[in-house]
Amino acid sequence: MFGSGIIRGLTITIKRTIATYTDDMKRVPTRYINAIETPAGKVLQQPPESKGLFTIQYPEEKRQLPENFRFIPMLVYEEDTGKQRCTACGICSKVCPSQCIWIVRDQTKAGKPIPQPKEFFVDASVCMSCGLCAEFCPFDSIKMNHDYELAVYDRFPSLVMDLEELSVPSSYYAALYPQAWEAEQEAKRIKEERKRARAKKAAEAKARKAAAAKAKES
Amino acid sequence: MTEESVAINTYPYAEAVPGAVLDSDESGILVNREKLIDFALFLRNEAGFDYLSSLQAVDYLGYAGRSADDRYEVVYHLFDTKKGGDGIVLKVRLPEDNPELPSVILVWPGADLQEREAWDLFGIKFTGHPRLRRILLWEGFQGHPMRKDWKEAYYEAEHKPFKSRWPEGNYRWSEDRAPWGDNVNYPQGWDPNTFVPPAQPMPKIHKAPVAEGDTHMETETIVVNMGPQHPSTHGVFRMIAALDGETVVGLEPEMGYLHRNHEKIGERNTWLMNIPFTDRLDYLSSMSNNFGYVLAVEKMLGAKAVPPERAEYLRVIMAELTRVQNHLWTIGFLLNDLGAFYTPALYTIEERELILDLFEDVSGSRMMCNYMRFGGVRRDVSEGWLKTATELVFNRLPAKVDEFDRYLTESEILLERTIGVGHLSAEDAIATSMSGPMLRGSGVPYDLRKARPYSIYDRFDWNIVTHDGCDVYARYMVRLGEVRESIKILQQALKQIPQGPIMNKKPAYVFKVPKGDAYAAVEAPKGELGFYVVSDGSDNPWRYHVRAPSYININALEHMSIGYKVADLIIILGAIDIVLGETDR
Repeated sequence: MFGSGIIRGLTITIKRTIATYTDDMKRVPTRYINAIETPAGKVLQQPPESKGLFTIQYPEEKRQLPENFRFIPMLVYEEDTGKQRCTACGICSKVCPSQCIWIVRDQTKAGKPIPQPKEFFVDASVCMSCGLCAEFCPFDSIKMNHDYELAVYDRFPSLVMDLEELSVPSSYYAALYPQAWEAEQEAKRIKEERKRARAKKAAEAKARKAAAAKAKES
Repeated sequence: MTEESVAINTYPYAEAVPGAVLDSDESGILVNREKLIDFALFLRNEAGFDYLSSLQAVDYLGYAGRSADDRYEVVYHLFDTKKGGDGIVLKVRLPEDNPELPSVILVWPGADLQEREAWDLFGIKFTGHPRLRRILLWEGFQGHPMRKDWKEAYYEAEHKPFKSRWPEGNYRWSEDRAPWGDNVNYPQGWDPNTFVPPAQPMPKIHKAPVAEGDTHMETETIVVNMGPQHPSTHGVFRMIAALDGETVVGLEPEMGYLHRNHEKIGERNTWLMNIPFTDRLDYLSSMSNNFGYVLAVEKMLGAKAVPPERAEYLRVIMAELTRVQNHLWTIGFLLNDLGAFYTPALYTIEERELILDLFEDVSGSRMMCNYMRFGGVRRDVSEGWLKTATELVFNRLPAKVDEFDRYLTESEILLERTIGVGHLSAEDAIATSMSGPMLRGSGVPYDLRKARPYSIYDRFDWNIVTHDGCDVYARYMVRLGEVRESIKILQQALKQIPQGPIMNKKPAYVFKVPKGDAYAAVEAPKGELGFYVVSDGSDNPWRYHVRAPSYININALEHMSIGYKVADLIIILGAIDIVLGETDR
C-alpha cells in the first residue's frame, strides 16, 4: 500500500518514545546503571544494553571517560617530596608531531645542567592530543589529562600552558589512572624489594667475608 | 619495494613496445616518456591492467644518486581488476628543465584528478590533458609546494624535531618569528590592488539530445554554486552545476578548501609522527588510515617490523569495526540527504557511538585513534573490552542492521529517489579508477581484501558484496551488505584472537627506514586507501603520498550527474561518501 512505509517508519519513533517512557518508570532507568553522582551532575556509563533514550544531557550529565582517554598533557610531581618527575630529557618535545612542547632545562649558577625543567610550555592550541609524549616518556612524568573543558576567550597566554599550569600532584594522577597507578606502584615495590634483597645479600656476603677473614686471622 | 608488491616478472613487457622499457627492477619498470602512451595502451589492452590505482610524482632534488636530468619521477600503480593480484609499477623520469610527459587520461580516464594534482603540487606538465588547472590550490598561487625547494609560510627547518624546542625552548609564537605578511610568497609583480582573480571555471555543458516530437523549450542554462558552505556537500566541497531547468547539464567539482598540504607536513615529520596525522585524513575511519600507513612502512622495514599474531587480529578487528561505523554513518546520512531529516541518521549514529566507545577505551580517543604502530599496536585490549565487543558484534549489531534493512531498504521514498539515479557502468567505474562501494555497486567484484590479501584477511570466510544496479541504490545495498560481511569477519576474529604480545619489540620513537619506496593499500571503508612512501634512509620520509579514495572517486561525479535533477546531485555526491579531510588533504 502506498504510504505504508512511512507509517512503518513512524512506528520506530513511537516505539522509542514508549521504550524511553517505560524505562524511566523503573527505579533506575537502564541508561543510569552504574552512573556516578557528582556535585556537577551525573556521570554515565552508556551501556550497550540501554533502552530508549540514548542521549547524554551534557553538561548536566557527562559520560564516564575511560582511563586511557587523552586530551592535553600534564606533568606529574611527587606529592610527598614535591619533586617533579620530569628530568627535562626532551624526548617528549622530540617525539611531538606538532612540536608544541617547549622545554628549558634548569642549570646551576655555574651553568651546569640539572635534570629538571626550569620552564615547560605546551601550546594547547597546537597540541593534537595524540598522546605520543606520554607514550614515550621514560620517567612516567608526562601523562594525558582528562580535563577537556578548556574553552577560553584568547589563545595567548591562556592556551600556552606553563610549568605551573601543567603540574599535577601524583594523587591526581592516581585518581585519573587507577590501573596504571596500581601497576606503577607494583613495579616500584618489586624494584625496591629486589634492591633490598640485593643489599641484604651484599651485606650477608660482606659479613661472611669478614667472618672468614676473622677465622683466618685467629 | 619488496618482492611482495611486484612479484610479476616484468621483463616480458620489455619486448611489447620497442624502446619503451628503459630499465626494470623489483621496484618498477622505468618507461621512456616518448613511448609511454603506446606502452600504456599495450598494458591496458593486452596485459589486462585496466585499473590505474595511483599516480603520483616524486621530486628527487638532492637525493643521493640523482641529478637534474632525472629530478622528477612520475609513478603509476596499475592493477588488474579481473585477476586481482599484484600489479605493476611504471616510473617515468623527467628532467628539471622540462618536466613534461604525455597524459594517460585517454587510456585511463581515472588519471584526470591525479594528474591535475601532480601539476598543481609539482608543476609536472601532462600534455594532452584537457583541463590541466590547479585543483587543490588556487590559480595564481606562487610555486609548486611539493617541490623540495619550496618552503611553507612558517618554515622553521627541513625536518622535525625542530632544534628550538629543547633544551632552550623558550616559547615563541610562529607569528613572532615570521610576522604575518613576511611569510608568504607572491608572484613577481603581484599587487593586491590590481589583482583580478582568475575567472571561475565553468562546467562543460552536455546538452541532452532532443527527441523528435519533444516540446523541449530552448531555455538558457544557469549556473548554480552548491557549496562550499552547503550542508549536503559533507564538508567544504563546491559543485558548480550548470542547469537546464532542473536538469544538470554540466558539473565542475571544486575542492581544496581544506587543503593543508598533508604530504609536505608528512615529509617534515619523522616516520612515527605521521601516524596521528593520518587520523586526520578520513576522520571517520582513522583506524583504517593508520592501518594503510603502517603497512606501507612495514613493507620497507621488512623483517624488523612483523607484527605479532595478536596485533594482526586487533588490527583486523579495529579496521572492520571502522568499516561498520563508517557505513552506518553513510547510510544514515544518505537518508538525511534524501530529506529524512536526522531521524534515520541518529539511529545509525547510536550504533556508531557504541563502536566509538570501544575505540576510546582502547586508544584514548573516539575518532583520532592513533592506534597502530610499526610492528604492532599501541595498547592491548582488556577482557572487558572483548566482552563488550562480543556482545555488540554477536547480538546487538546484527539485530540493528536487520532493523535498518527492514525499515529502510523497502521504504518507498528511498526506492523512488535512488533507483536508476547516478548511473555508472562497470566499464566506466573501472576506467575512472573508482574503488570501494562505488566500484562494487557497479557490479565489479574487486575488493583488496580478496584481490591482494593483506594482513590476515585470507584466514576469514566472507564474501565480496556486489550489486548490479550501478546506481545510488546499489551503492546503498553494497554498504548494507558490507556491514553484514564485516560483522561476519568480526565474529570470526573475536573467536580466534590468540593471547600474546602486541608489539614485536619495544617501540622506538626515532629510527631509520631503508632506502627505497613502497606502496601499500588497504580496503578502507571509502575505497582503496594507498600510501606511497619513499625513503632516503633517514629518519624522515622523502616522499609520503596518500592515494585518497574520497578524492579519486570524485573523478566520476560529473559523468554520474549529467542528465539527473539538481536534487539528485546531492544524493549522488552522498553516495560517493566523501570526507573532505581526505579529499583535500
